Amino acid sequence: MATKFELSDDSVVVVVGSGAGGGTLSNELAQKGVNVVCLEAGGRYLPQHYIQDEWESFGQLAWLDARTTSGDWRVAKDFPGLPAWIVKAVGGTTVHWAGASLRFQEHEFKARTTYGEVAGANLLDWPISLDELAPYYAKAETKMGVTRTNNIPGLPGNNNYKVFEAGAKKLGYKHVNTGRMAINSQPRDGRPGCQQSGFCFQGCKFGAKWSAAYTEIPAGEASGHLEVRSQCHVLRIEHNAQGKVSGVLYADKDGNQHFQKARIVCVAGNSIESPRLLLNSASSMFPDGLSNSSGQVGRNYMRHMTASVYATFDRPVRMWRGTTMAGIISDESRHDPSRGFVGGFEFETLSLGLPFMAAFMNPGGWGREFASALDSYENMAGMWLVGEDMPQETNRITLNPSVKDQYGLPAPDVHFDDHANDIAMREYAWKRGQAIYDAAGATSTITTPPYPSTHNLGTNRMSEKARDGVVNRWGQSHDIDNLFVSDGSQFTTGASENPTLTIVALAIRQAEYIAKQMSARAI
Amino acid sequence: MNKIITHKTLSRRSLLKSAVAVSAGLAVGTSFVAASTAAWAMETKQVSPQEMATLIQMARDIYPHNHVSDEFYARAVKGYDSEEFKQKISDGVAALNSAAQGAGFNDYLSVQWEADRVAILKTVENSAFFQTIRGNLITGLYNQKGLWPLFGYEGESYTKGGYLSHGFDDIKWI
Repeated sequence: MATKFELSDDSVVVVVGSGAGGGTLSNELAQKGVNVVCLEAGGRYLPQHYIQDEWESFGQLAWLDARTTSGDWRVAKDFPGLPAWIVKAVGGTTVHWAGASLRFQEHEFKARTTYGEVAGANLLDWPISLDELAPYYAKAETKMGVTRTNNIPGLPGNNNYKVFEAGAKKLGYKHVNTGRMAINSQPRDGRPGCQQSGFCFQGCKFGAKWSAAYTEIPAGEASGHLEVRSQCHVLRIEHNAQGKVSGVLYADKDGNQHFQKARIVCVAGNSIESPRLLLNSASSMFPDGLSNSSGQVGRNYMRHMTASVYATFDRPVRMWRGTTMAGIISDESRHDPSRGFVGGFEFETLSLGLPFMAAFMNPGGWGREFASALDSYENMAGMWLVGEDMPQETNRITLNPSVKDQYGLPAPDVHFDDHANDIAMREYAWKRGQAIYDAAGATSTITTPPYPSTHNLGTNRMSEKARDGVVNRWGQSHDIDNLFVSDGSQFTTGASENPTLTIVALAIRQAEYIAKQMSARAI
Repeated sequence: MNKIITHKTLSRRSLLKSAVAVSAGLAVGTSFVAASTAAWAMETKQVSPQEMATLIQMARDIYPHNHVSDEFYARAVKGYDSEEFKQKISDGVAALNSAAQGAGFNDYLSVQWEADRVAILKTVENSAFFQTIRGNLITGLYNQKGLWPLFGYEGESYTKGGYLSHGFDDIKWI
């Protein structure tokens, strides 16, 4: 079995979380010979454990610890205790993700410069550029086996895609294809090609989709430099008298608490848990929480402008067959303020099984109209709309003093108000999505509100200046140099693309930096 | 225990002898609700058969699918026949019947037209009772695997090797 490290070993790097950020970082460090203890709150589930049944799988994988919501977003009304649909398991949300692997566009790293002053938005340019990240995007694409890169062919289009593509082409959209997906279109890296089994969100039973659970994690463990402790929930990060972090207090599966010493701590618990952990680690030296001299920890929470369009046709589509996210239209991802909003969005096919369609199509809805739409389930096609939302200081993760989790710690409250730009983009995207299906011959279309967030971003953002954010261009805390943030919470802005590829690229880059800093004895 | 009993266990003859029709498709006896065809029957222990029949009708009115038999709606609400829910169901059905009386009917089950029943449901839409029944139907009704084929939904494909050779791209009309 894998190497084990002592709790008293203060030479290790502790990584909190094992998803796209934490799982990748752990493996990348381990491959460089750096000893890593990765603490993962969830259990270990592999393809043989995944369940192709929506609700049963949700019970197995979803992060269901106590959380609250506030703000004017509809999720707060429809799913008040479930702001986000993310995973609690080794591999994190890479078990659940659909696989879309898109690079951000150059201008999206310069949102403040490109979009200018947007009232109510706390826009900022990233401290890094596309040029700087490009080599790491290339490494991430190779690691993950992204289709349409590295001479890997695209996936074949399923029925849902064919309807989507036909409508898009009739409307004159040019950038329409089955996407850049971290799903094998042919056997690669010891994993099979996609069998079009659907249920991408429930964990890939064939292992054709890249997930840290069965790539990064076992590779890191095989190196002899990584120990992953599953069902170990980090409660707080401690620091020494010099203000350097010294280790983490965590609860194991039986609730027993342990303290793991560390030379460096990297936080990758997703954009709700990561700022919550920094806030819950407040001390007399850092009364507002760790790395929070700017007051930005937990702020600028982004979740992408999302929505869906479903359409019914006079003949069967059977959208559930095959890859869940089976194609993309990128024409609208450009920045073109003449549409009435800044930033852009993508159309991506999406399907839900009958049980989740009933739950998410129009939460709270009932009666003939609702039932009639579901009567046509077999004849439905579906797409998701995903676009850049505006960072707002008041959209934030805070500690809710009146609700405690199973360890007695304050639960996170997720506050989100839609920005006027988000609303304008969503309205436009809904209309264009409906037009795509109308062009393909739909007999009716349904616009569906946002689901609980899957893209949680921005709550420990990267900034050039310490006063504007939480971490620097390496994801390193502005305040504490042996504390890092390694997940999507370091995103300065959200861009219009799905975030995972960028999280992985940043983790590869961060691992290089940390290893160099360690050898130079800088940290 | 509550259970859906088929006519194989409870004979059609004995059923029809003791049951009274309460709506288009439902009949109630002293301790059970049944399809008026006796295709299925459900014993009730904690709530009255009349209350259970009301819940079944209410479930259909909330999510009315003409091609779905009452049996699926009955399965979706049978969990309310419990000590835990007894009082809440009794109070909720009483409030619903009172709303029906306010609209000039004897009780909810005696309202013959769906539009009239929906109008009554609208008046209690924000009650905890209605929201509990509606919310639980999302899983209670739509997560019944036996219901999925009625909507064409095929569910898991892993056991047959995925949809790759089972029609993932077989659409011809587009």
